[in-house]
Amino acid sequence: MWKQITSALRLLILLTVVTGIAYPLAMTGVAQAIFPEQANGSLVYVNDKPTGSILLGQNFTTAKYFHSRPSSAGTDGYDAAGSSGSNLGPTSKKLVDTVKDNIEKVRSENQLEESVSIPSDLVMASASGLDPDISPEAAYLQVNRIANERGISENEVRRLVTSHVQVRQLGFLGAERVNVLALNMALDRLASK
Amino acid sequence: MITDVLLFIVFFVLLLLMAWPLGRYMAKVYSGERTMFDTIFLPMEKTLYRLAGIDGAQEMNWRQYAGGLLIFNILGMAAVVAIQELQAILPWNPEGLAAVPFDLAFNTAASFMTNTNWQAYSGETTMSYFTQMAALTVQNFLSAATGMAVAVALVRGLTRKNTKHIGNFWSDMVRSIIWILLPLSIVVSMLFMQQGVIQNLSPYVTVDTLEGGQQTIAMGPVASQEAIKELGTNGGGFFNTNSAHPFENPTPLTNLVQVLSIFLIPTGMVFMFGNMVKDRRQGYAILAAMLLLFSVSLGGLYASEIYGNPITGHGLSEPTNMEGKDMRFGTNGSALFAAVTTAASCGAVNTMHDSLTPLGGMVPMLQMMLGEVVIGGVGAGLYGMMMFIMLTVFVVGLMVGRTPEYLGKKIEANEMKMAIIAILIPAVTVLFGSAISVITEAGLAGLNNTGPHGLSEILYAFASAAGNNGSAFAGLSANTLYYNLMIAVGVLIGRFGVIIPVLAIAGSLAEKRVSPPGPGTFPTTGSLFVLLLAGIVVMVGALTFLPALSLGPIIEHLLMLQGMTF
Amino acid sequence: MGTNSNGFNKKILITACREALYKLNPKVQVRNPVMFIVLIGSLLTTGFVLRDAFQGSAGNTTFALQITVWLWFTVLFANFAEAIAEGRGKAQAQALRQTRTQTQAKKIIHDKPQVVEAASLRKGDIVLVEPGDLIPSDGEVIEGMATVDESAVTGESAPVIRESGGDKSSVTGGTRVLSDWIKVAVTANPGETFLDRMISLVEGAKRQKTPNEIALTILLVGLTIVFLAAVATLYPYANYSGVSISITVLVALLVCLIPTTIGGLLSAIGIAGMDRLLKRNVLAMSGRAVEAAGDVDVLLLDKTGTITLGNRMATEFIPAAGVSMEALADAAQIASLADETPEGRSIVVLAKQKYNLRERDLTTLEAEFIPFSAHTRMSGVNLKDKVIRKGSVDAIQKYVREKGSELPENVKFACEGIAKSGGTPLVVTEGSKVLGAIHLKDVIKGGIKERFKELRQMGIKTVMITGDNPLTAAAIAAEAGVDDFMAEATPEGKLALIREYQEKGMLVAMTGDGTNDAPALAQADVGVAMNSGTQAAKEAGNMVDLDSNPTKLIEIVEIGKQLLMTRGSLTTFSIANDVAKYFAIIPALFSVAYPAFGVFNIMRLSTPESAILSAVIFNALIIIALVPLALRGVAYQPLGADIILRRNLIIYGLGGLVAPFLGIKLIDILLVALHLV
Repeated sequence: MWKQITSALRLLILLTVVTGIAYPLAMTGVAQAIFPEQANGSLVYVNDKPTGSILLGQNFTTAKYFHSRPSSAGTDGYDAAGSSGSNLGPTSKKLVDTVKDNIEKVRSENQLEESVSIPSDLVMASASGLDPDISPEAAYLQVNRIANERGISENEVRRLVTSHVQVRQLGFLGAERVNVLALNMALDRLASK
Repeated sequence: MITDVLLFIVFFVLLLLMAWPLGRYMAKVYSGERTMFDTIFLPMEKTLYRLAGIDGAQEMNWRQYAGGLLIFNILGMAAVVAIQELQAILPWNPEGLAAVPFDLAFNTAASFMTNTNWQAYSGETTMSYFTQMAALTVQNFLSAATGMAVAVALVRGLTRKNTKHIGNFWSDMVRSIIWILLPLSIVVSMLFMQQGVIQNLSPYVTVDTLEGGQQTIAMGPVASQEAIKELGTNGGGFFNTNSAHPFENPTPLTNLVQVLSIFLIPTGMVFMFGNMVKDRRQGYAILAAMLLLFSVSLGGLYASEIYGNPITGHGLSEPTNMEGKDMRFGTNGSALFAAVTTAASCGAVNTMHDSLTPLGGMVPMLQMMLGEVVIGGVGAGLYGMMMFIMLTVFVVGLMVGRTPEYLGKKIEANEMKMAIIAILIPAVTVLFGSAISVITEAGLAGLNNTGPHGLSEILYAFASAAGNNGSAFAGLSANTLYYNLMIAVGVLIGRFGVIIPVLAIAGSLAEKRVSPPGPGTFPTTGSLFVLLLAGIVVMVGALTFLPALSLGPIIEHLLMLQGMTF
Repeated sequence: MGTNSNGFNKKILITACREALYKLNPKVQVRNPVMFIVLIGSLLTTGFVLRDAFQGSAGNTTFALQITVWLWFTVLFANFAEAIAEGRGKAQAQALRQTRTQTQAKKIIHDKPQVVEAASLRKGDIVLVEPGDLIPSDGEVIEGMATVDESAVTGESAPVIRESGGDKSSVTGGTRVLSDWIKVAVTANPGETFLDRMISLVEGAKRQKTPNEIALTILLVGLTIVFLAAVATLYPYANYSGVSISITVLVALLVCLIPTTIGGLLSAIGIAGMDRLLKRNVLAMSGRAVEAAGDVDVLLLDKTGTITLGNRMATEFIPAAGVSMEALADAAQIASLADETPEGRSIVVLAKQKYNLRERDLTTLEAEFIPFSAHTRMSGVNLKDKVIRKGSVDAIQKYVREKGSELPENVKFACEGIAKSGGTPLVVTEGSKVLGAIHLKDVIKGGIKERFKELRQMGIKTVMITGDNPLTAAAIAAEAGVDDFMAEATPEGKLALIREYQEKGMLVAMTGDGTNDAPALAQADVGVAMNSGTQAAKEAGNMVDLDSNPTKLIEIVEIGKQLLMTRGSLTTFSIANDVAKYFAIIPALFSVAYPAFGVFNIMRLSTPESAILSAVIFNALIIIALVPLALRGVAYQPLGADIILRRNLIIYGLGGLVAPFLGIKLIDILLVALHLV
């Protein structure tokens, strides 16, 4: 019995060193050597200052930027140190009301008719609360507003969106999407030209 | 729709292509046969034995095996508690995170040690990098290896005769890690890193966002943990939102790799079983039953999500139920992940299950309630399914007029008793754990949703605990003294209440003689057996949980159709 | 005994009804955990009904009362099933007991017989039994010979001979000596005699659960616990959901879900299995042996008496070159006239049939008959003018060689041919002149080949055991269609063979009667001793065939299989029933609070009360409806496991799914028509 306990303890310590220290440290070393950009968060820079991660969504509330999806991460959304979904169930009154409000908001912000149906990603919270993407429909739907705000032609904005549509990976994986941060950065560049 | 189905087909094909050779390889590893990696792994294994003072060749009877397993797991759990309590003074804590409250630390330790990885905490705000690595990543390996060891011991019980010995626990653990889990993890984490999963020990980065706000970005050694999280069907995410977090699962491709990784070893173990019993068709039959159940689950979940939610869906374009789903995975990638993670007792999520449609959410719940045998956890799926095979063979085998037998081993009172205990314990734990929670204030206090969905949240929590899954209807605020203790007890019962009877069966089967099959024996390879096995799994699960599910997801679905909200 | 086949006579039914009430005793019920739960449920609902009756209640009292009544019926029906299965055995035990009462014995004390009570006899005592006396206890005949009427035990009315020495020395207590006298050494103490054991067996008094029954009970208990948990926790869930459910309804749901059908019939199935064996005049010493019979992989069968008719028959005369057929037949007949062995008789008969040779009287021929001796291994006659001998090839060859002669080539050749074909050659010689050979042939029993084919289909291997040489054995084995044979078998060889099969994991059954069979009988998993056999054989086996018919083994295997099949089929039926019961009860429980649940009321049952009541009534009645099946057993046909499984699954699995839908709907219609709800 005592022998078994000491054996177990020694093996536990050894395996902790192997799988809990050596393995992650080795992988960190490899990552920093081979994939330094990805390993450190795929950060993007504006004027050499990090402005976010291309993989993480950000809050965009002003009319001149494409808006991201509603987020439940943190109190204001898009808290990249506090990822979270809404976890509201399908018969939740709160969910139904929130979605209704969001639809109203999207309609009024973009001056849409009642008959136009809204892409659900734009009015429903993502799983992570950090979703960097919106659907192409959700992006196109904002083109008019952006063009008006920025005083750029609608066509130009539309072209920009089209060039930012990521197709399905390998042709069948996931959904078509637009990275909002990348799009907005491109928009800023377009505007500053 | 077509690309969705294509994804599912590609998933199945890739899975089988990879799991089949892995099964052969694992059979060799556990039988001590030569493999192509002997030159690398044998010296590592020998060194570990020498340093630990272990004789890896010494055979154990089932009691010794179970004893070693329990001691090893208890010590492992103690270590996880200790590291969490001491993390403030341990290295790699750039955010200066404080010691974890004891009830939460206890819950986390129990949960990771049992391969459940229920997370009442939010990783990025609770655990230091050292804790994530030396406590949680370690248990990801050890709990997976424990499950694999138990499954292998059971297979040995089925194949050996007239002996009390079922193998050496230490050797099975070490081999699982050195020969299988660690090399696979290295390969998978490299893939993840290439796609954008982070791997660093840096402090959190604060950036000025494009719009002028501030965003603090959590960092950490994610990829190394992510790989074993899936491969070991552990499911404990580095971050709060688990595989929905872009740093854990950045692209649709990583999403595919993740679902494949989750199923890889459990599926491989079924092939391994066929190889070890020297009749591959036995393995194919079990896998066919598992995949049959899984296909139905996946189909149901996907269809329900495509159908969507008529209440919120008004005025929206398709797909209408994007609540709790990230864009990049699509409905197919989300539905596939939800079905896979709960079929395999993994518990990683890329979708908030709480926000699935009622029937879409019932599928994961039901898969856990069935005893986590639809593929199941690493090892746990195989040995869990074996319990249902005992049941099937017993009831159905009687009908051909012979004392029931499986692979020539007579299934008698002792095996029946242990199989029933192993099936009963998780089921009763789910029912009573949930029942206590709906009648106590502490239990109801955690609800995020009311009405039938509230009951679903509680049922899901205990199904996840007893099934050692770890996913959640995460609206339930589980970081309370009540839930931390209840869930911890649930995961421990759900784990060892199955493992110990399984090992007892392994021991008693090993002692039996093997009857040769004849035309009078009930064949356990044909399509009839596959259907019966799947049928028994569903019948037992459905009959046990139907009343409870009626008041949860089933009535919620009916009320949703009527437009009722709570 | 056991020959009366009328199953349900009135007396047994009345007794069974009374027994069903006695069995309500909780001490009896607790042996059957599933029904014990129903009993507790019944008591619980009775309590609620009584409370409501005295205090008055807002609830639906007639509904609760009806539920309660039907719950009690469920318990009673299960008791009734067990009682009726026991009934037949009890009646037989009654008859047996009468033969045992107040037997007196003539015990030999100091060489003098003294009359004592049979009950006072102990092992080793010696008693004298004279015509008209009942043999007081089991024993071995040590002196004398007598005809004995054993009908009390075997049901066979023809008396049998019992004599000291040899294989016919064992006598059974309770049988009656008809003529002559015997001295018997008692071999059993009071209460341990064959008759005593038989009584306790048929009564089921000492019935212990068999291994498979225990395993099945564990499964049923497991299911019961699961459903208990499901129903118990439904109360708080319903409470959370704002649905109110009465305890009575919860008990009704529980009783419907737990496997009462198989739980209520399980012991009846076991008793009926033993009873079916008894009806075929086989006494199983334990239920374990009956179950094992269903698992048998290998049957060891003695050639003689089982596969072939007891004796070899002459079928052909083959004259030596230069000898006429008639001369051979004539000599063979004369040599066999005094030979009373069946083989000798068959030679006489063959000569008569084929060559019309009439039997002649030995005395008129002034012949001297020379009987077979172990020394010469020949028999024959000495006539005035000639000496005729017949015997085995070796014996005659030796005999004629001594006279300076040889076996003619064609006779030698013919003999080899006969041996190869599985027959036994006999050579006839007149003095030194060999006349020819007689072909003695083993005659395979009619229909035996088909039986073996059936056994093969059942997955059972047949092995013929014979003392013949391998050549002969192979030929007979091929003709009879057995899978394998053991030639030149010795008791040690048999034992070794059984061990060898068991080593390979096979279950072995065999029959035997001689004392030297005892070790093999004990080693075999199913050993069936012939009642005509020795006491040692009967002690060693775990079954006794009162008819002493070795082919009975096949029927025993079938009964064993039937027993297991019946259990499996009714378990499947019972579990499959639950689906329909859920469809009846779940909508009934919740549709008041959530009318949406009405969609699941696919049977369109009229009201929630009628739905619940119908399910409970169906659950009770199905027990009674299945009693005949439990007693008769599921029909068995010797087919492959796959086919049997498919068939039983369709009947009992699919049937179990569908039947309750129809039954519950029908009961619901009746309840409404009778205004009971």
